[in-house]
Amino acid sequence: MSESSAELAVSVAEVGKVFPARKGGGVSALEAVSVDIAAGEFVSLIGPSGCGKSTLMRLVADLDSPSSGTITVFGKSARQARRDQDYGIAFQQAGLLPWRTVRENIELPLQLHGVGKAARRARASELIELVGLGDFGDRHPDQLSGGMQQRVAIARSLAESPRLLLMDEPFGALDEMTRERMQTELARLRAETGAAVVFVTHSIPEAVYLSDRVVVMSPRPGRIVQVLDMKLGGAEDRTDALREDAHFFERVSAVREALHGDPASAARARGAETR
Amino acid sequence: MSRSRTVRILAPILFGLAVLALWQGLVVALHILPFVLPGPIAIGTQFGLRAPFVLTSALVTAGNALAGLLIGTVLAAVFAALTASVRVLDELSAPLVTAASVIPIVSLAPALYTMFGADVQTARVLIAALAAFIPVYFNTLRGLRTVQPIHRDLMRSYAASRWQATRAVTVPGALPYFFTGVRVASSLAVISSLIAEDFGGPINGLGTSITSAVSSSNYPLAWAFVLGAIITGLVFYCVTVGLETAATWHRASA
Ligand SMILES: Nc1ncnc2c1ncn2[C@@H]1O[C@H](COP(=O)(O)OP(=O)(O)O)[C@@H](O)[C@H]1O
Ligand SMILES: [Mg+2]
Repeated sequence: MSESSAELAVSVAEVGKVFPARKGGGVSALEAVSVDIAAGEFVSLIGPSGCGKSTLMRLVADLDSPSSGTITVFGKSARQARRDQDYGIAFQQAGLLPWRTVRENIELPLQLHGVGKAARRARASELIELVGLGDFGDRHPDQLSGGMQQRVAIARSLAESPRLLLMDEPFGALDEMTRERMQTELARLRAETGAAVVFVTHSIPEAVYLSDRVVVMSPRPGRIVQVLDMKLGGAEDRTDALREDAHFFERVSAVREALHGDPASAARARGAETR
Repeated sequence: MSRSRTVRILAPILFGLAVLALWQGLVVALHILPFVLPGPIAIGTQFGLRAPFVLTSALVTAGNALAGLLIGTVLAAVFAALTASVRVLDELSAPLVTAASVIPIVSLAPALYTMFGADVQTARVLIAALAAFIPVYFNTLRGLRTVQPIHRDLMRSYAASRWQATRAVTVPGALPYFFTGVRVASSLAVISSLIAEDFGGPINGLGTSITSAVSSSNYPLAWAFVLGAIITGLVFYCVTVGLETAATWHRASA
């Protein structure tokens, strides 16, 4: 175990999380969750709203601590990994600092970690190009669309070239067109950076399109129902053509069935969960 | 676009002129006596004739208000920062500051004149400072406490020190609140330094001048000083609104 954990980006073992509630017992958000994510692997967490996806991601990020079980990130405790800046993080909200320009927002983590001015500028310019915001470096967030703000947030999460990216529904607030374009770009970014990604979503096609594996979770208390291998090829194969592929549709159905328990109820719920 | 803008600016000016004309008309037609209400022409004439006097009086009052505003603002900002960062201080001072905020500050004027002497402006400046302190303190404190959860999470994910988080997120986020406080405080500082003049102290300033013009039955002159007070208040308001607008630039969304 300890030998192989060196190649693991994230290891979650028997993790439970209970939030204190006002009246007695508390809310059990996660129960006995175990999952390993290899270095460079793209894993999506999918499940109905409130099933503990964000909670699990926050535990990995050490923004909150588990009530039971252990989490290791690159073989260290989640806390140490956070201190060592082993991950980059992006949320559903872009969470940009509105008083900073795009460039200054992307430079924020570098600045906090003492990277020199010239190096910061160079890295920010690189990332601005990478996320396709070439002309917008000196704009403020209120001058950007939601999709553009989210790109800035993603660029910021990539600033320190982390080996692990944690993304909590980063495209959740975007319209369908923008969303698909952002997915394609994320697939490309991931191919270029080789980072492991933990990606929270409630969109089945999004999870299938992007992931190596999809972790399907059940509602309250959050548990892992099934972990599905996508076998859709490496990062370089995640092109737009994949969205039309028969194998892609087959995997979408497989995830849907895992989500809804059985094929019959899956068919019933099909309309609601096609995003 | 430019037409609607012209209308927006011209309309109130025209309306104001119409009101002045009506005022003058009524004063003349109804033979209203000057101690009841002088006409705008009489007031304007006095304002023009005694402009240097009005100006020196306004400068005294404005000087006291400005000094008080600056002192009160600096103290309030420092104190709010301390309150936000030192929990014990917060628990100790919260009831006191709340109690202080309901004191009609000008009522302290007579006592302060006795304390600091009636021949200096100290008491007036202090009253303006006390009046300015309260809104700046409460607004700044609120600003320092409204850090968005996502920004808090981000700072934690960057393993930022408390000081780094304060500089990167808390203080810039609190600035609009601070400047709103300053805007409110500026009006209070002008009003209280002006009213404080009526409780004693040196014989200068707009409040004193209004009172002495009235007691010598020079009503148009009294109103000329009132006009000076209005202009003083407007200047303070416009400058602080400008600062507030600058501080909230680009704050629409995150
Ligand atoms: N800070 C918190 N305090 C109390 N309960 C929480 C907190 N965060 C999440 N929960 C609860 O935990 C459960 C899982 O939440 P979450 O992880 O946000 O779900 P998801 O991201 O899958 O929609 C929900 O029932 C939610 O109400
Ligand atoms: Mg969530």
